[in-house]
Amino acid sequence: MLQAPGSQAQIEPCLGGPSPLPVIGLSVCAIDVRIHAGFPSPAEDLGGKRIDVLEHLVKHPQATYQLKVRGESMREAGIFDGDVVLVDKAIRPRNGQIVVAVVDGDFTIKRLWQRAGRMKLLAANPTYPDITPKDGQEILIWGVVVASITVHKT
Amino acid sequence: MYALIDGNNFYVSCERVFRPSLIGRPVIVLSNNDGCAIARSNEARDLGIKMGAPWFQIKHLADTEGLVALSANFALYGDMSDRMMTLAAGLGPGQEIYSIDESFIKLDGVRGDLVVRARKVRERILQWTGIPCGVGIGVTKTLAKLANYVAKTAERKPGSYPAELGQVCDLTTMGKEQMEATFEATPVGEVWGVGRKIGAQLVEGGIKTVLDLARMDPATARRGWSVVLERTIREVQGTACIGFEDVPPTKREIACTRSFGRPVTELTGLIEAVTEFSSRAAEKLRRQGSHAGQVLCFIRTSPFRSDPQYSRSMSVPLLRPTADTALIADAALAGLRTIYRQGYNYAKAGVMLMDLQPDTVVQQELDLDEVTESDRSLLMSTMDRVNKRYGRGAILLASAGLQGENRSWAMRQERRTPQYTTRWEDMAVVRA
Repeated sequence: MLQAPGSQAQIEPCLGGPSPLPVIGLSVCAIDVRIHAGFPSPAEDLGGKRIDVLEHLVKHPQATYQLKVRGESMREAGIFDGDVVLVDKAIRPRNGQIVVAVVDGDFTIKRLWQRAGRMKLLAANPTYPDITPKDGQEILIWGVVVASITVHKT
Repeated sequence: MYALIDGNNFYVSCERVFRPSLIGRPVIVLSNNDGCAIARSNEARDLGIKMGAPWFQIKHLADTEGLVALSANFALYGDMSDRMMTLAAGLGPGQEIYSIDESFIKLDGVRGDLVVRARKVRERILQWTGIPCGVGIGVTKTLAKLANYVAKTAERKPGSYPAELGQVCDLTTMGKEQMEATFEATPVGEVWGVGRKIGAQLVEGGIKTVLDLARMDPATARRGWSVVLERTIREVQGTACIGFEDVPPTKREIACTRSFGRPVTELTGLIEAVTEFSSRAAEKLRRQGSHAGQVLCFIRTSPFRSDPQYSRSMSVPLLRPTADTALIADAALAGLRTIYRQGYNYAKAGVMLMDLQPDTVVQQELDLDEVTESDRSLLMSTMDRVNKRYGRGAILLASAGLQGENRSWAMRQERRTPQYTTRWEDMAVVRA
């Protein structure tokens, strides 16, 4: 669940009910137009729902996790040290996607190269090495990166 | 027809999701205050570590066997549970969440091969959350639980049951012969509702396996033991007697109790603790839409130590049923001051709210004194919303103490992993 820094924002869905839904959102679910007297607002019927950026990006809330990037090996893919990446474990990894893999017990972010039953993890920075599995070694793909967020200093 | 789906070694499995280096190693999770093992990986079980084993007794295994012990990370487990339960609900039209890692699913009206469906849901949970599960299917809840045990054991101990029953076990499609063989291979103590004591009595009476239990006359069971055992036997025989709760009923009592990380001797420390517990209990009270009429406060020393023993409680009635944190804390503290005695090492305290009623019913009393209290329910709900948004403790009663985890009585958790999914600062790191 993505949260704004320093807070634990959790927006409730407008539906009541006992089953917990991990809602990822930056805004309330509906524009609630309440006017007590005078003209009814045309927005009541014709208005829309405010864009919820995360709801749009996160297709599988139960399978999506956020990780913090440390390191420079993916700079040329536009992923920088300190970025937050949204990783979806529900998506089947395909050739060319940016993925999080488990290498030597740690999470690593690289671009997946996958062809004819072979696979490699490619860095996006010429000064960093690619990762090729050794004979018999199986590298587990933990999830697919659906978005990366660079927070700029304000 | 029901399914029972639960996570394997749930707490350990949650830790392994964000720390893959723990996979394959013996891992245990410790209870609050790092007291004893409340979850064990299969490798830890193979080392002979029993459920509830005190940490100090098995500590040496860290050096000799590479045992990894972690403090409980309930924020993480709660979030992972949430994800798992949402996915598990896809198995059927109704869900009853039984505990943090188990839920019953009602399967009435679900078409097609149930095992295939259950395997798909299990696969999805494993893929999406990293948590391996077992699924049991039966015509009653008790049989679903039994099937779940078979599924788990078949996978964990090859040869205990036919291999195809591993991970997902459906008792409803078994022929009589296979069902009886399965029952015969299962000790009677594994049946839901048969506790250790009753299990021992049954074994003594010649009822050793589930098959023996299934052949018992329910009426005899009621006479010799209790209606609970009768119900269990009927359920094993295929008659559903235990209801299904989609919506958890409102609690009739709400408690908040904790053991201290370190013994507390002074009243000031106890005041902090009792205030905190009152606040948490009051929060739960408001969340379920109730008011409380009575507040009970207790303090006690540890029965496990050789200290002088003291254990007392006091029940304080409230002037009018309320869910106001300050009024409840006042009542609890009044009780505390009455029962507190100098010179003891207090190890645990608690607050219990009783005489609960719906908050929609407001009972007035005969006003002979001037009423000084106004209705602060709006203040309470605002406080709840601020704490929900900015984290527990954003607004609190000052007498709860302002040092958070550094309060003298705060829970000891020396080996806790980061709260990867609930705290921004604790996000797991991926190397680029």
